Amino acid sequence: MSILVLADLHEGQLAGATAHVVAAAKEMGGDIDVLVAGEGVQAAADAAAKLDGVSKVRVADNAVYAHQLAEPMGALLVALADDYTHVLASAATNGKNVLPRLAALKDVSQISDIIGVDSPDTFKRPIYAGSAIATVKSDDALKVITVRVTGFDAVGAGGSAPIEAVNTVVDNRQSSFVDEDLAQSDRPELGGAKVVISGGRGMGNGENFKLLDGIADKLGAAIGASRAAVDAGFVPNDMQVGQTGKIVAPDLYIAVGISGAIQHLAGMKDSKVIVAINKDDEAPIFQVADYGLVGDLFELLPELESKL
Amino acid sequence: MKVLVAVKRVIDYNVKIRVKADHSDVDLTNVKMAMNPFCEIAVEEAVRLKEKGVATEVVAVTIGPKAAQEQLRTALALGADRAIHIQTDERAESLAVAKLLAKVVDEEQPGLVILGKQAIDTDNNQTGQMLAALTNLPQATFASEVVIDGDKVHVTREIDGGLQTIALTLPAIVTTDLRLNEPRYAKLPDIMKAKKKPLDVKTPADYGVEVASKVSLLKVESPAERKGGVKVASVDELIDKLKNEAKVL
Repeated sequence: MSILVLADLHEGQLAGATAHVVAAAKEMGGDIDVLVAGEGVQAAADAAAKLDGVSKVRVADNAVYAHQLAEPMGALLVALADDYTHVLASAATNGKNVLPRLAALKDVSQISDIIGVDSPDTFKRPIYAGSAIATVKSDDALKVITVRVTGFDAVGAGGSAPIEAVNTVVDNRQSSFVDEDLAQSDRPELGGAKVVISGGRGMGNGENFKLLDGIADKLGAAIGASRAAVDAGFVPNDMQVGQTGKIVAPDLYIAVGISGAIQHLAGMKDSKVIVAINKDDEAPIFQVADYGLVGDLFELLPELESKL
Repeated sequence: MKVLVAVKRVIDYNVKIRVKADHSDVDLTNVKMAMNPFCEIAVEEAVRLKEKGVATEVVAVTIGPKAAQEQLRTALALGADRAIHIQTDERAESLAVAKLLAKVVDEEQPGLVILGKQAIDTDNNQTGQMLAALTNLPQATFASEVVIDGDKVHVTREIDGGLQTIALTLPAIVTTDLRLNEPRYAKLPDIMKAKKKPLDVKTPADYGVEVASKVSLLKVESPAERKGGVKVASVDELIDKLKNEAKVL
């Protein structure tokens, strides 16, 4: 058994998700290599080499892998996959974008979004927005898997694995990067934050999301949103928590002005403690909240901020 | 330019699902079915491209049981010109679906293929990417804007950190995210007209594709239920509970 983990990068640095994917790989057993692919990614490779349980870091540092475009990344994975029994990535947008290409080109199925490892070929994954948990077994020779990071506790960073260069260079004339508009924030990453405070349609408009800022500052929280708030244009898409947005499982999740559609619950119901603040005491969010506070958020939020 | 749109019949997104007593699967008997919401967005985008004069023909395709023709008729009512139904009662997984769609792409030679980014039943998020790999066409997943520009398409994608715009050579594969458009409702006269639009019925065997997969579903369970908690009367009580009971502050 040997496992290749595709590292997640955020602006050239190693993203927190990778430590969770390595944890999932450890449950499967065998040697674990991490592939860091991009342009100017030495720092990310150094960080990956420190993750506990990693045997080796392989670095493909070339302009063709910049921005991790799907076509060259898929081709790179195909070139490397024969050395492995499993290829894993986090079920973040990059892993979702790239891994199915590897699976298709190797003529194997992909197992998406696993939350548990029963054995090296049997996994648990949520289906129907987490309304059911499926146990699936893969008889494919190569297992291609994306990992839901909230299902696995991150490994530590006490290792010192060797780093080796991968010289595979592929050609890409089909796709090119034009530009990107990334949210700049000093707050913790939504997927890895210990505390998340999210606003929904009840916030009324984007300006009112500022009411969450002071509380987030005091709690060291990331700020999220429901689909309704993103669709209404209150806040950008990268803040969406839910079935098709980000999946979070912080120690404390505070839902403000969010009714609690099943698609939103799918993204946060594994949080340790859930607080709901909503003026409608019948809102479904209260059925999953440990602590519910019924009332006008425009009065309650400033009070909460001042008393924390 | 011809646009091919793939659609899937799934459980209606409002339905609360039940797991079968024998844990073999979820129970879909007498459950309301509908077009996957992301596929509706895909159909809408294709129809808008036709209305703008960019697309000349919109072809809808589905793979599934006989009843999936309802979803093809919906696509036709929304503005697709004709439909292809690859009929099978087997559980077709993403790889088999992508292989079948690759055959249709080969036959139809569309300039653009639009699919939903994921189906809300299996939540796999694989088919579009697999189709792109099998056809050796470029892909843009999670699209929130699609602009055809000569022999290229510029697609803005919803990614973890924000938005990314990429340019692809055509033909290309695009998968839709939520913010791409807001699908229209079919009007009654269009629903009537859709009944007369052409709908070809094929089988996986016609394309020489084996639907069986090497992944088996061993068990389906309900997730651990979260029990509802308590209502607190004030901000002070909330802070007290979080500090002293839940110990998260």
